[in-house]
Amino acid sequence: MTRQMTGAKMVVQALKDQGVDVVFGYPGGAVLPIYDEIFQQNDIRHILVRHEQGAVHAAEGYARSTGKPGVVLVTSGPGATNAVTGLTDALLDSIPIVVLTGQVPTFMIGSDAFQEADTVGITRPCTKHNWLVKETGNLAATIHEAFHVATSGRPGPVLVDIPKDVQFATDHYSAPAPARSHYQPQVKGDMETITEVVEAIEKAERPVFYTGGGVINSGPAASQLLRELVQATGFPITSTLMGLGAYPASGDKWIGMLGMHGLYEANMAMHGCDLMINIGARFDDRITGRIDAFSPNSKKAHIDIDPSSINKVIRVDFPIVGDVAHVLEDMLKVWKARGRKTNSESVARWWKQIEEWKTVNCLAYQPSSGKIRPQHALARLEALTKEHDRYITTEVGQHQMWAAQYLGFEDPNRLMTSGGLGTMGYGFPASVGVQMAHPDSLVINVAGEASWLMNMQEMGTAVQYRLPVKQFILNNERLGMVRQWQELLHGERYSHSWSEALPDFVKLAEAFGAKGIICDNEADLDDAIMEMITYDGPVIFDCLVEKHENCFPMIPSGKAHNEMLLGEANTQGVIDAKGSVLV
Amino acid sequence: MSPLKIKKGATSHSAYNLRPNFSDEPETHTIAVLVENEPGVLARVIGLFSGRGYNIESLTVAEVDHTGHLSRITLVTTGTPQVIEQIKAQLGRIVPVHDVHDLTVEGPSVERELALLKVAGQGEKRVEALRLADIFRANVVDSTLESFVFEITGTPDKIDAFAELMRPLGLQEVARTGVAALLRGKE
Repeated sequence: MTRQMTGAKMVVQALKDQGVDVVFGYPGGAVLPIYDEIFQQNDIRHILVRHEQGAVHAAEGYARSTGKPGVVLVTSGPGATNAVTGLTDALLDSIPIVVLTGQVPTFMIGSDAFQEADTVGITRPCTKHNWLVKETGNLAATIHEAFHVATSGRPGPVLVDIPKDVQFATDHYSAPAPARSHYQPQVKGDMETITEVVEAIEKAERPVFYTGGGVINSGPAASQLLRELVQATGFPITSTLMGLGAYPASGDKWIGMLGMHGLYEANMAMHGCDLMINIGARFDDRITGRIDAFSPNSKKAHIDIDPSSINKVIRVDFPIVGDVAHVLEDMLKVWKARGRKTNSESVARWWKQIEEWKTVNCLAYQPSSGKIRPQHALARLEALTKEHDRYITTEVGQHQMWAAQYLGFEDPNRLMTSGGLGTMGYGFPASVGVQMAHPDSLVINVAGEASWLMNMQEMGTAVQYRLPVKQFILNNERLGMVRQWQELLHGERYSHSWSEALPDFVKLAEAFGAKGIICDNEADLDDAIMEMITYDGPVIFDCLVEKHENCFPMIPSGKAHNEMLLGEANTQGVIDAKGSVLV
Repeated sequence: MSPLKIKKGATSHSAYNLRPNFSDEPETHTIAVLVENEPGVLARVIGLFSGRGYNIESLTVAEVDHTGHLSRITLVTTGTPQVIEQIKAQLGRIVPVHDVHDLTVEGPSVERELALLKVAGQGEKRVEALRLADIFRANVVDSTLESFVFEITGTPDKIDAFAELMRPLGLQEVARTGVAALLRGKE
């Protein structure tokens, strides 16, 4: 089907044909023709954010919570440069988003025109791919290709830069035809290697599944197959921050998150295992700690759709390039066909060891001394909201790690957090995007006051669209994680790591037309949380917590998994000179 | 341990070897990359090398298939086997890249480079330069009473050797194209 239309109309038509229902954006001179088309239709909802970075994070939240690509529409120049942090965030966490930017007309490109920036140049290293469309005739096909690239293989952000004259000109519209693209990443894994992994599974004495965001990106079927494989083999499973929820936190094989602030038992299992099966994770430095002491005695299998992830950091024995769901399906098939064997006696002994590690009770925290402990605040939030249809977003820092430790994720796509880039200011706009996709669900952004202030302007968005997002701010008046590192690494010299001149969050909420709640003692906490979740509208919850609480367990920089810090005792001088250069 | 063949796009196979023999000795590899001839594709390849801290020793690029809009980038790079594998995998995931071939692994291959050398001098040195050029089968493409421009084609080693010999004879300037390479045989 081809028909004549303007470039601007093509944009809207292409989005409709791609099944887009929401666009997060901010208008400006170079996208006015597209905004004019948006004005004249009702199929696509446009959400006006308050800053372009917020638009991208909102699209990420939308994408992560639905599995569908998020869409952003911003103007040229500053509109595009403001989107850069979000693009980089989405690239590192493999989130499919499509960003459409306006550009100055083609005949002005290169003349330093008003609001001109070399958008494809600036965003080349922070997108999976990007395009500058110079002819209206190519516009629709390029947008369709952009959706294909964003969602195929390892998902990621893409950007289409559209000059204003291309939006005004008229040409043929071409409907989606993804088969045309040469970009068709491999999804089926190599059967020979899969069989080798199955043989290793049959013999393993101390196995562990180490799963990541790839399981969630692969779709619900991958999580289902993972659960089946874990239950059938009876092997313990741990996960990265990005993979939480793929296997339920209440599952009996779950041993908690691993990594720098992961659970003692999970990290010890990683260190002591003889077979590690990495499913959709990438041996990030937050996970591995010291590379040369990482799980020294294990055979390692690695399932990843991106060949460049394999052997990038850790050399593996069984590399499998493919989509998690496809590979797990084949793996289960082969394992079943070979008689569903495991070395159950040894695995039982392994479990006994893990149970022993669990008795360390690494998430225990000091009881309250009047002030609310942040861990306690999250434990209560968990208790009072876990029965709800709940989505959690987080900002970045201590609260993020506590959220991962104390909240239980039963299903995939329920935790939206900035893992790879560690973007402060991610959580609030992400919660806006999640709530747009799930209007009737309980969406909570677990935040620190410093992160939250980085994109607080999105209160305007939340109020305008009546999005009842709950901003649960653990307010310690500190940049908590920075303060913690300064305590451990820089002789307790707290250089610029406190938040002075903080706003009155209750008044701030009211100024935006939302509800503000403040809570500063444990006795009122439950009631205050209940007030937050029952209120029909956006809420800022200012939870005043213990100011100097540290996040434990912690693998100090440059240390191995079995050298974890468990608590306040003995934390001085634990990071040596070599470790201190690491981040 | 057999190398896995990874499908990349619609093309038949690629150069990835997921189970390489890891050593820490740097190796020099010649890699051929077949790319969609679209704006910015060379910037993507170069940006990958600078962004991830890899070396480029030589790089040539030109359109090789006008109707198919394909260009061929031939690059020479040095790194440990692990880095070389990363380079190939990272090249492979660039969307407009159709195919990555490690000619050093898939070899044997032929490599050729073209260079122009300007040599100025008089008397005996000038005669000697011409004599050596003859031995190296370099052509004179420009001549004045006091200078020659030689054109020489060969492996990078041969050009290095020739340039070294010309240095004491009045070498003024060198322009080199970088390596172009193809696998030997009918494949």
